[in-house]
Amino acid sequence: MSTASTEVSAHSHAHGPGHHDPHLAHHFDTPEQQFTSAKLGMWIFLGTEILMFGGLFCAYSIYRHNHPLVFKFAAEAYLSTKWGAINTVILITSSLTMAWGVRAAQLNQKKLLISCLVMTLMGAAGFLGVKTIEYSAKWDEHVWVGSWNKYNGDNDASYATPPPAQPTTQPAIQIPVPAYSPTAIADDANTGLDVSQIKPRYAYSFNQSIQLAPPKRASDAKPTDEEQRDERYRQLSASDQWRVNTFFSCYFLMTGLHGIHVIVGMGLISWILMRTLRNDFSSEYFTPVDLVGLYWHLVDLIWIFLFPLLYLIH
Amino acid sequence: MSLTHSNDIPAPVADDVGPDAPHGVHAVPRRTLAGVYGLLILFTVITVAVSKVDLGAANIWAALLIAVIKGGLVTMYFMHLRWDSPFNGLILIVALFFVSLFIGLALLDSHSYEPQMKPTPMYVKTQ
Repeated sequence: MSTASTEVSAHSHAHGPGHHDPHLAHHFDTPEQQFTSAKLGMWIFLGTEILMFGGLFCAYSIYRHNHPLVFKFAAEAYLSTKWGAINTVILITSSLTMAWGVRAAQLNQKKLLISCLVMTLMGAAGFLGVKTIEYSAKWDEHVWVGSWNKYNGDNDASYATPPPAQPTTQPAIQIPVPAYSPTAIADDANTGLDVSQIKPRYAYSFNQSIQLAPPKRASDAKPTDEEQRDERYRQLSASDQWRVNTFFSCYFLMTGLHGIHVIVGMGLISWILMRTLRNDFSSEYFTPVDLVGLYWHLVDLIWIFLFPLLYLIH
Repeated sequence: MSLTHSNDIPAPVADDVGPDAPHGVHAVPRRTLAGVYGLLILFTVITVAVSKVDLGAANIWAALLIAVIKGGLVTMYFMHLRWDSPFNGLILIVALFFVSLFIGLALLDSHSYEPQMKPTPMYVKTQ
């Protein structure tokens, strides 16, 4: 007890007998109060995280609401339900190991805590691995963001080749409409736009630059996946064709911000792992384990919403 | 020393915390963790299966409902909200409320202007 009292005087603002916890900051009365305050602060931070993702979910909602066929086309053509589901299972599993790790920390089970943290880290790495496979495939198929997206009508370098300049004598109203896009004509006719006032920039040139597969094949040949995809693309209205890249903007912004959170989470879990190896935690003090756990569960929580909203559009 | 998470909510005693469980620490029981994990996997399978059935406009609501159930399981059990001070849950609910307000109002606005909007074909862009 003499040791305890010396420690109390060393942390002179700790109050009451027995509260000699070196982790107890002087402005808290009890470890309980300190723990609940820390947790409250973490929850407020998680609230702001939800609000930040809320902006992206809002953008997603508006684009999907206004262009449902764009989202249906793009998700079906380019997103793999299989990889998305695998990543969902990976993240849920890593959430389980994290929750189990918190439990292990609470119960002084150091070895179990280490295994749980390592398994959580492996889950995070596995998730990023799958994401790398998915992102690489999209890079190969030229469906990234901005000018790296072949559907982006503003492309002027990588994928879209501007048509030769038209003679000035030619009326601007003669918009070169591809023969394979009848819906485009109907769509334009219904807009009521005075197209004679509009000068074409490189009208429909990006359609040609996409190098769609020939629409007609021998009737006995089964169309390939690519041909089916291009056929579905042709069935979109002209204004929808113009906006296919907005789906990929939503996809990469949402999964990208989420992926950054996964990377940050891996850093935090590694930090917790090192502190565990240093014997920093016990049932008396496991606040950082608990809070990092909360952060990791939020990452899981956001993915639980991203998966159906992005991958399961049918 | 005890680390109870809330003084006014009785924390259920973990059924398998073992004899060396420190008094007052509420560890989530193993069977609860495993059960919640099983449910989360089950709901993942369900949400994939439901997405393959054409329910029209109901598909998105079914997907969101399942996601909310899964989110509820994660927050209540993995994130310990069930045994925490209700104030933590209140923060979550307030954040979700404002996000839905944000999205809802933005959608209403987008929807109400839609009839006045003309599609923007690409040839509107001029040199």
